[in-house]
Amino acid sequence: VSGDGARPVEVAPGVWELPRRGAMRVPGRIFASAPLLEEIDERVREQISNVASLPGIVGASMAMPDAHWGYGFPIGGVAAFDPDRGGVVSAGGVGFDISCGVRTYATGLRASELGSRLETIAHDLYRTVPAGVGAGGALTLRLDELDALLIEGARWAVARGFGSEEELSRIEEGGVAEGARPEKVSRRARERQLHEVGSLGSGNHYLELQEVDRVFDERLASAFGVSGGDLLLSIHCGSRGLGHQIGAEFMEKLPRLAPRFGISLPDRELACAPIRSPEGEDYLGAMRAAINCALANRQVIGGLARRVFARHAPEAEWALVYDVSHNTCKLEEHEVGGEPRRLYVHRKGATRSFGPGHPDLPAAYREAGQPVLVGGTMGTASYILAGTKEAERLAFGSSCHGAGRKMSRTQAKNTWQGGELIRELGARGIVVKAHTKKGAAEEAPGAYKDVDEVAAAAETAGLSRRVARVRPLAVIKG
Amino acid sequence: VRWEHFEHGADVGLRGIGSTPSEAFEGAAAALCALVSGGASGVRPEREEEIACDAPDPESLLVRFLNEVIYRMSAHRMVYGEFAASVTEPSGGGDWTLRARIRGEPFDAERHEPTVEPKGATFMLARVETGPSGEWICQCVVDV
Repeated sequence: VSGDGARPVEVAPGVWELPRRGAMRVPGRIFASAPLLEEIDERVREQISNVASLPGIVGASMAMPDAHWGYGFPIGGVAAFDPDRGGVVSAGGVGFDISCGVRTYATGLRASELGSRLETIAHDLYRTVPAGVGAGGALTLRLDELDALLIEGARWAVARGFGSEEELSRIEEGGVAEGARPEKVSRRARERQLHEVGSLGSGNHYLELQEVDRVFDERLASAFGVSGGDLLLSIHCGSRGLGHQIGAEFMEKLPRLAPRFGISLPDRELACAPIRSPEGEDYLGAMRAAINCALANRQVIGGLARRVFARHAPEAEWALVYDVSHNTCKLEEHEVGGEPRRLYVHRKGATRSFGPGHPDLPAAYREAGQPVLVGGTMGTASYILAGTKEAERLAFGSSCHGAGRKMSRTQAKNTWQGGELIRELGARGIVVKAHTKKGAAEEAPGAYKDVDEVAAAAETAGLSRRVARVRPLAVIKG
Repeated sequence: VRWEHFEHGADVGLRGIGSTPSEAFEGAAAALCALVSGGASGVRPEREEEIACDAPDPESLLVRFLNEVIYRMSAHRMVYGEFAASVTEPSGGGDWTLRARIRGEPFDAERHEPTVEPKGATFMLARVETGPSGEWICQCVVDV
């Protein structure tokens, strides 16, 4: 499928349609403001069209406001497949960093109370939470200890003293992905994880101390337990080596089987298998084990951060706001044409955004809707949004996941110099602790789209409502 | 060994260049390891390992080879600096094969000055071909 010449048509405010053509089984749907649409270029539109050609796709092949060029699916891509109509599960629709996501804690402290302790806490977090290439993890496991982690997810970490039981209800699916099949996780994937449990990784992953600098909706903010001036702690990371290896293995294997499945792949990176096939089931079982790995990882890091606060700010009262995963495929019930259907929803660089009343939400958020945590850049802002009924109707309950990259890593490295960037941010009151300066340059705020624009576009399109904007005070980077 | 990185959004493209497919593959592996050993101090060839892989087409062979190196870097916490590869085209059907010796040392964050961690090699923009001047070029995008 070539995207040449197809211009998206605005069908509702902030909602654009790419008409069905060629091998597309459904139309494409892009959620964006006019300026963001300009950044969702021909290459992204081609990837949207390619996804639309996959068997069993339902409704539309979608892109969130922060979408950018990926491999196979675009980053910011959402697609749902019906197992009863030949639907597929795609390893390329999840990506390498399975269940990468964002977790945000309220600390019960006001940012202004911190004073000089900000620097101390940031430094201790930098020393305590393993980050960066080859840093190792907080825990080292034996091969035979991994199975329990892969089945129990965040619960595994809580049982080992990282965080508390009540946090589990504030994690998608209660902190445990059902249907994980550790026996489908290769030895190599396990080996890559043994010394990485409780580690941030590198690239765009981070740990941040943040201040709520603007509240858009007092009622929702209060439901989420945050108010203006609050000090929050956020973690952005994923399933580490185990997820990466599972992704690599299935992305290599599945395309070779496509002819046997009678699937014509316009792009090899769409790497998929019918949901109802042994290979599709194997991938789902392994991928769910990787989701649990990511949930355990974020739970361990949260527990480590809590210990740091116990040393320097023992008056902190921790409450998990929420934990979202933005690289996943999940079995969910959605209404399509008035009928409830069980669909496999892929979100690759997209966040769940369930609206008020959704049965999967914890009781505390049943009225408000789901907290949608959007990770921004180290110099601008992140957002807390709330899921909507409209998102469920328009986008299988999905919204944006971040600012979305607009400049390549090479360009960023050539434009900014790491040390200088860290000094500039320091002058603006943002403490940056980076394990590599070049890595920091690649993550320069200017390399990303305008996160304010992304959050506003998601609201205009109806995917989520803005609850609070948070700005970084201290950033720990790999 | 000739190699370069090329731009690809949030990820990184790797390109190896050589007078033979073997040299080009060596370059691609060097480009991969340069992500985690960007420093001028270099990588000491303390330990030698052997890699053998086969694939039905040269692009798959490249992705498989790079994923093999990524796995070793990640699971064994190694970094490599010297690569001797031998890539064989199938004669009359069969698979492409690669035999390589790679040399390196345990990863040291202080000395190796990494930028990003490679997660896996993709088929995105994967190519193994001869360029206009007859040189072999092999490339693909690596998720970081």
